[in-house]
Amino acid sequence: MTSLYEEVSVTPVDVPVRRVTITVNGERRAADVEPRLLLAHLLRQGFGLTGTHTGCDTTNCGACTVLFDGRPVKSCTMLAVQADGHDVQTVEGLASASELHPIQEGFKEEHGLQCGYCTPGMMMAAKALLEENPDPSEDEIRWALSGNLCRCTGYQNIVKAVLWAADKLRASAG
Amino acid sequence: MYPSRFNYESPSTIEEAIALLDAGRGEAKILAGGQSLVPMLKLRFAAPETLVDINNIPGLGYHHFDDAGALHIGALCRHEDIEKSAVIAERQPTIAAAAPLVADPIVRTRGTFVGSVCHGDPQGDWAACMIALDGYVVAQGPNGRREIPVKSFVTGPFQNVLAHNEIAVEAVVPAPRGEARGAYLKLERRVGDFATAAVAVALDMSGDVVLRAGIALTGVGGTTVNASEAAESLTGSTLDADSIARAAELAAAAAQPRSDHRGSASYKRHIVNTFTARALSGIASSSERAA
Amino acid sequence: MTIDEIKIGGMGASRRRVEDNRFIRGRGNYVDDVVLPGMLHMEILRSPLAHARIRSIDVSKAWEIPGVRLVLTGDMMATRNLAWMPTLSYDTQAVLATDKVRFQGQEVAAVIADDPYIAKDACEAIVVDYEPLPVIVNPMQAMADGAPLIRDDKENQPDNKVFDWEVGDRAATDQAFAEADVVSKLELHYPRSHPSPLEPCGSIADFDRSTGKLTVYMTTQAPHIIRAAVALVAELPEHMIRIISPDLGGGFGNKVPVYPGYVISILASILTERPVKWIEDKTGNLISTGFGRDVYLQGEMALRKDGRILGVRMHTISDHGAFFSDAQPSKFKIGLMHSAFACYDIPSAHLTATGMYTNKAPGGVAYRCSFRVTEAMFFQERMVQAAADDLGMDQAEFRRMNFVRDDDFPHRTAFGFLTDSGQYGKCLDVGLEAIGYEQFLKDQEEARKKGRLLGIGISTMTEPLGAGNSREYDILGIKMFDSAELRVHMTGKAILRTGAKTQGQGHETTWAQIVAHELGIPADDIVVEEGDTDTAPFGMGTYASRSTPVAGAAVAMVARKIRAKARKIAAHLLEVSEEDVEWELGRFYVRSQPDRGVSIQDCSMAAYSNVPDGMEPGLENTAYYDPPNLTWPFACYIATVEVDPETGVWDVLRMVAVDDCGVRINPMIVEGQIMGGLTEAYAMASMQFITFDADGNCVGSNYMDYLLPTAWETPGFELHEVVTPCPHHPIGAKGIGECATVGGPAAFVNAVMDAVKHLGVRNIDMPLLPDRVHQAANTGNDVSGMPPVRTDAP
Repeated sequence: MTSLYEEVSVTPVDVPVRRVTITVNGERRAADVEPRLLLAHLLRQGFGLTGTHTGCDTTNCGACTVLFDGRPVKSCTMLAVQADGHDVQTVEGLASASELHPIQEGFKEEHGLQCGYCTPGMMMAAKALLEENPDPSEDEIRWALSGNLCRCTGYQNIVKAVLWAADKLRASAG
Repeated sequence: MYPSRFNYESPSTIEEAIALLDAGRGEAKILAGGQSLVPMLKLRFAAPETLVDINNIPGLGYHHFDDAGALHIGALCRHEDIEKSAVIAERQPTIAAAAPLVADPIVRTRGTFVGSVCHGDPQGDWAACMIALDGYVVAQGPNGRREIPVKSFVTGPFQNVLAHNEIAVEAVVPAPRGEARGAYLKLERRVGDFATAAVAVALDMSGDVVLRAGIALTGVGGTTVNASEAAESLTGSTLDADSIARAAELAAAAAQPRSDHRGSASYKRHIVNTFTARALSGIASSSERAA
Repeated sequence: MTIDEIKIGGMGASRRRVEDNRFIRGRGNYVDDVVLPGMLHMEILRSPLAHARIRSIDVSKAWEIPGVRLVLTGDMMATRNLAWMPTLSYDTQAVLATDKVRFQGQEVAAVIADDPYIAKDACEAIVVDYEPLPVIVNPMQAMADGAPLIRDDKENQPDNKVFDWEVGDRAATDQAFAEADVVSKLELHYPRSHPSPLEPCGSIADFDRSTGKLTVYMTTQAPHIIRAAVALVAELPEHMIRIISPDLGGGFGNKVPVYPGYVISILASILTERPVKWIEDKTGNLISTGFGRDVYLQGEMALRKDGRILGVRMHTISDHGAFFSDAQPSKFKIGLMHSAFACYDIPSAHLTATGMYTNKAPGGVAYRCSFRVTEAMFFQERMVQAAADDLGMDQAEFRRMNFVRDDDFPHRTAFGFLTDSGQYGKCLDVGLEAIGYEQFLKDQEEARKKGRLLGIGISTMTEPLGAGNSREYDILGIKMFDSAELRVHMTGKAILRTGAKTQGQGHETTWAQIVAHELGIPADDIVVEEGDTDTAPFGMGTYASRSTPVAGAAVAMVARKIRAKARKIAAHLLEVSEEDVEWELGRFYVRSQPDRGVSIQDCSMAAYSNVPDGMEPGLENTAYYDPPNLTWPFACYIATVEVDPETGVWDVLRMVAVDDCGVRINPMIVEGQIMGGLTEAYAMASMQFITFDADGNCVGSNYMDYLLPTAWETPGFELHEVVTPCPHHPIGAKGIGECATVGGPAAFVNAVMDAVKHLGVRNIDMPLLPDRVHQAANTGNDVSGMPPVRTDAP
């Protein structure tokens, strides 16, 4: 963004606005937001991180899942103002500059995605699982991902993708 | 999908929060987990003037047993904290049984136990557990604290007896006199579904005699149903085929289900009967195994 | 050294997907991700009532809200002749309601504002005065004497009937029934379901007044059809319309119709001179967009006592909602319902079909249905199950004895389809072996003695995929061919564009594999694009599993055209005549001196630098493919379940799927399609449906009520294959995307029915909710799911 100009409304509107500062994928970012703005919308429209998707209006589908202070949350069911001072990780933060995260590799290797719409949320939930449980069983994976809906894959390859990633993460941990 | 406008406050003490509620004169709502409130804001079923966010008040995320054996759950204790709690698994089986069945694993990282009880949804799992356990809510207002039994806490769908300037700061499950036994059985067609019907059973036992029982029903009435007659039928008795069948029948009679796309009223009543019986039988047979 | 086809990502390689590279990074480009400068946002106000006259609409308060740029109502649209639009089935559909609303959720007004929150605020400020009218929620109510007239906007529409249609031989079938030893009857309802891709529908319309060009980003599976429809509706010239379908978060047929939101966003952009983005919410998607199914069957089968099927009679009654908007080949009012029983050798059959209007969202042909083949095959396998039970015959043997035999092809079915290949018996054998059929029947009997209810369900079918030949198939008169354009650059890299539109099927990966197979160019050297009508050759899009059969064939054909030209160039480079040139993967060589050869890359370089005299330079071409016939994949799905008699809850023990889709381009992707389809089959069988109460309120308009199974409930799948190449397809491939959704539901339902049939139950309508199963098991009575849903007091 630039400090050179910002167009504002000619008719001032009396709308409450708050400054929020959020660490997003390791980088501190700030925005002035209305309290009613959903966190998912700040990420997508405010910060241009469109990898987090919205797929329902009743907090069921989990396409919007991000990591909030390391825990998976549905970003459509949080207000942006609640994230002030907190840490948010999105799918865009999974890969390093030079490497994909093993979860990303696993999803590609095991055909764990088709249309790709649920995938970012699914991977973030999987990341949270593997951080708590590096060697999950198939049942534990299915349970941990039961808050994320997929319409395309039938989940079987998603489970295989997470197992693949778990193997690789354990191997590189030593 | 898009809430209407509201003001937002983020107090750092309970007293500040109470003052904000007081000033709001009924138009201010507490935001804790938000997993019930934010969806209602998005669908515009709720449109408060002000949200009072208590997530920045320190020291509310606890759960612990006191020396007397009562379980205290703080206002910001999340569902998943309870799900992962080894002490709760050991000492409060009804709550431990319900924890993994609340919503879905992602919602459980934010949603709070106390918030769910306050929300007063007849589909809420925790209210049934609290009624079965004879629990109470600790409310704090400008004039101090009071204890409200959960049995009289919710007066109708999404309505509770808190004054507009009171916050529920804690939920308490009284200590059992004997051994806490319990179960929570829920018929849901998939994770995150509303219950077609669910039964919370909490027993306070001495050997194989029931000192006190509580049975409460989810999803089969305008509010959580307190199947008190069914519970009382077990007081002082042992769990055998007859006492179990009787309690199950009384629990089903207490249910006030409505027919809808999840099932007919008579089916839901039947599930209450079946699940009450299964819960009690399960407790009875594991008692035998332990003995 | 011969090139290893698998190594270059040719056919048969489980090549990892190209599209994944952006999806796993969160760099997909879905419609809601697209941002255009100055873009405004649109929200739609929907009717809360299912049938009501509109007395007045007051938008004054909406205009007062700061940030609101435009408010549109039906009356305003009418001044531009846009209040109504034609549908893909020669009916009309309201864009914004003028006189009445005809289903709950129908579009009544639209607000265009600086952001969607403000647009929603303004929608809430619009006041509509409705006068409620009586509501119709099923076709029987629509047919009843004195039923309210829903489409009073149409001339020559005296009742609620959409169509009557029939196919087959009534006289021969009547004769068969007269001679039958046993007549088996079955009545059931295939409930309304919704494709519900995770991404809802949306568009960004951008009309540039300076050029006169309209660009629309749109969630569409058929961008060229949309371009034609927009030209028709908006009266803009076709060459000044550009439809861009970027990444789609699933389609499943939901993203084929033209929705009012698209049309309104286009008008809004023309009026505001700004890009206008409309993204519906999930409720809007479920309550108003193209659903699938909602058909009633009265079926009868004429049987000889030894088990031979003599004839089949089907009468279907379909619920089309308030407007007939199905996207399907125009000659077939009830789609390809008459493909039922194609795998069985039946002498005569007759189908009558009636379609009715109701006060519900418009649609019916969607949700991985292959044009109502989902209904056809479900009805077929439920009728076959009932017939076998009525005869007291084993389910597998009854099917086997009635299958078309392997040596009976080509085979003309009783309904007039021509099937060209199949090994139905082998497919069944593989399935029975995999599930351990004989052992299961023993286990089932033992279990029943102990009060446990196990069940096994079989579903076998062949289905027509790849619409379709120009003699019989068209949508609004446009023939259903498809296309591929291949440009090979001088260094042998290439770009391929087709008229299809992937929504997760992996075309960017698989089409390149076909080119690699035909030309020996590594698949990684071929980029594939679809979805932009300015650059893609004309095609009819991707739905009804038509892409591999039609667009995939076009890809093979255009690659062969390229190869034919490269052969001439090779002869020129090798200084021999063309007859002396042989081809192996990636290389032309001299027959008598095999060491002397040129690679395809040598030829492509020469195409730009050294062509023979008289030849046009370049190595680019296009192919349009009119398929000679449909393709006929076939399958055997077998499910085993256990039913809890106390609660009616049932669990899947195992699910075996045996699929023959001919030659498999990418086995990994084929299996992914099958597993996705089986999950949808399980969903419909167990929990997923849309219903209505007596007031026409839609139950199932959000994900709390419209249940998609999660990873926890969804069973595991065991996949097997049979390969019978398609005799007429250039690479021997058949469609596959929808097979499991088509054949799967009957396997689950037949399994549950098998578990409870000894209690006297013949049919439970899907979804087999615990309540329904429990009720059936305890009363021995069938359970119907016809709306309205019961909401009586306890």
